[in-house]
Amino acid sequence: MNEVTPVEATAVSAVDPSCARAPVGMLCELTHRCPLQCPYCSNPTDLERVATELTTAEWQDVMRQAGELGILQVHLSGGEPTVRKDLEDILDAAVKAGLYTNLITAGVTLGRERMMKLAEIGLDHVQLSIQDVDSDNADRISAYKGGLAKKIEVSQWAKEAGMALTINAPIHRQNILNVPRMIEFAIECGAGRIEIAHVQYYAWALLNRSTLMPTRESFMTAAKQVEQAREKYKGIIVIDMVVPDYYAKFPKPCMGGWAKQILNVTPSGRVLPCHAAESITHLQFDNVKDRRLADIWLNGDAFNKYRGTEWMQEPCRSCPRKEVDFGGCRCQAFALTGNATNTDPACSLSPLHEEWAKVAEVESHSTPPEFVYRRVGAAKVTVGGT
Amino acid sequence: MSLGQYAKRERTLITGACRPSLPRFVKMRHDAGRGRWILLAPERVFNPDDIAVAVLQKCDGERSVADIAGILADEYKAPLDLILNDIIDMLQDLADKGVLNAGELSQQ
Repeated sequence: MNEVTPVEATAVSAVDPSCARAPVGMLCELTHRCPLQCPYCSNPTDLERVATELTTAEWQDVMRQAGELGILQVHLSGGEPTVRKDLEDILDAAVKAGLYTNLITAGVTLGRERMMKLAEIGLDHVQLSIQDVDSDNADRISAYKGGLAKKIEVSQWAKEAGMALTINAPIHRQNILNVPRMIEFAIECGAGRIEIAHVQYYAWALLNRSTLMPTRESFMTAAKQVEQAREKYKGIIVIDMVVPDYYAKFPKPCMGGWAKQILNVTPSGRVLPCHAAESITHLQFDNVKDRRLADIWLNGDAFNKYRGTEWMQEPCRSCPRKEVDFGGCRCQAFALTGNATNTDPACSLSPLHEEWAKVAEVESHSTPPEFVYRRVGAAKVTVGGT
Repeated sequence: MSLGQYAKRERTLITGACRPSLPRFVKMRHDAGRGRWILLAPERVFNPDDIAVAVLQKCDGERSVADIAGILADEYKAPLDLILNDIIDMLQDLADKGVLNAGELSQQ
């Protein structure tokens, strides 16, 4: 996941995170409960149960600690964060801690009154997911009826309240033909930004990879459509694209580098360098219930393990791109090679790259199996070991 | 509910007559830990330089771009045209990124 996208500009340039010791962003999975069951959900397949979730006071303390640590932006996510009835209290603590606040929501649980209340408390940005612009297909993907109509309402309430609105559109084989319509939909909603977020194949998405993987041809078409739309809609909507790394030459700089820009807090309070980090099975993660956030960030074992470039092996170690993409994604390297210090197979310099790219080729052209929907207990096999 | 009410149809072009301001959801603050000014926006953190900070601090929805250029031309003892062009370029870039209310005259 590339949460904080660097932006080029002349007088106003993106913050160079290397001169900052604190993370720029904190992703808080307030809960893993969600009324939707999208088969590409970025939550782990072993979903955390409600009984283990942090209390209101514990989340509020996390927000205060984040502000003290120098974190700039907090992303209130899930699961569906609005199923927490104390979202308002947690948000209030985040606002008072001086954090820029972003709500990542599917929208279907929200009403107008609650949206206005969240805006009044100080919510800055609403990131609303859509599954498709075709209502029936959206229902099928999310296993939830009538979601799109609800999302349209939520988008208008966000605008009415003066909050920033982003439409987040996860893209895959089952909706990739609708990319241009999704961009038009986002403009109609009044969104300032859309994320054309090609699904990243971890956790649930890895389980459903052969149902979700687009062909290279359809990816190339969609990428061209995005490029044309950026030209056509310059100054009207910002279009960010997360590319599917199966079709990339070089890996993505995952999380902007391990333990460099972002940290993630799970519903039960475990602090991770990225939301998929628990798939690296030998790592131990600290919990905010036992240790201060700053201490975990600076000194936690899981954070220091792959921070910087010292841990790298060849071909990463001597690669001129090692500070550009940091050898790609540790979780993907671990899942596909069994060793998290190997080069991510998304990199064309990885000895496994060709074999790996072939998987996408074959799967995207085969008859897609049924979805394994995101439900507690639905993932019978452990994702990670192939 | 019908869509389109909030849709932006055209790119806003910044001119000297615009009266720009930061939208509610864009925040400029001094980041003590990093010793610099920052502009917080959706999924973005911008790092404005000293001139950009001086300009943005004057973007209150009241002053026009030309007014701001005038103030800075005085302050920095620089030619007004040059300053005005630089400011328009910078604000246009921010407007295109959706982090500036242009405050066009036609909308007032």
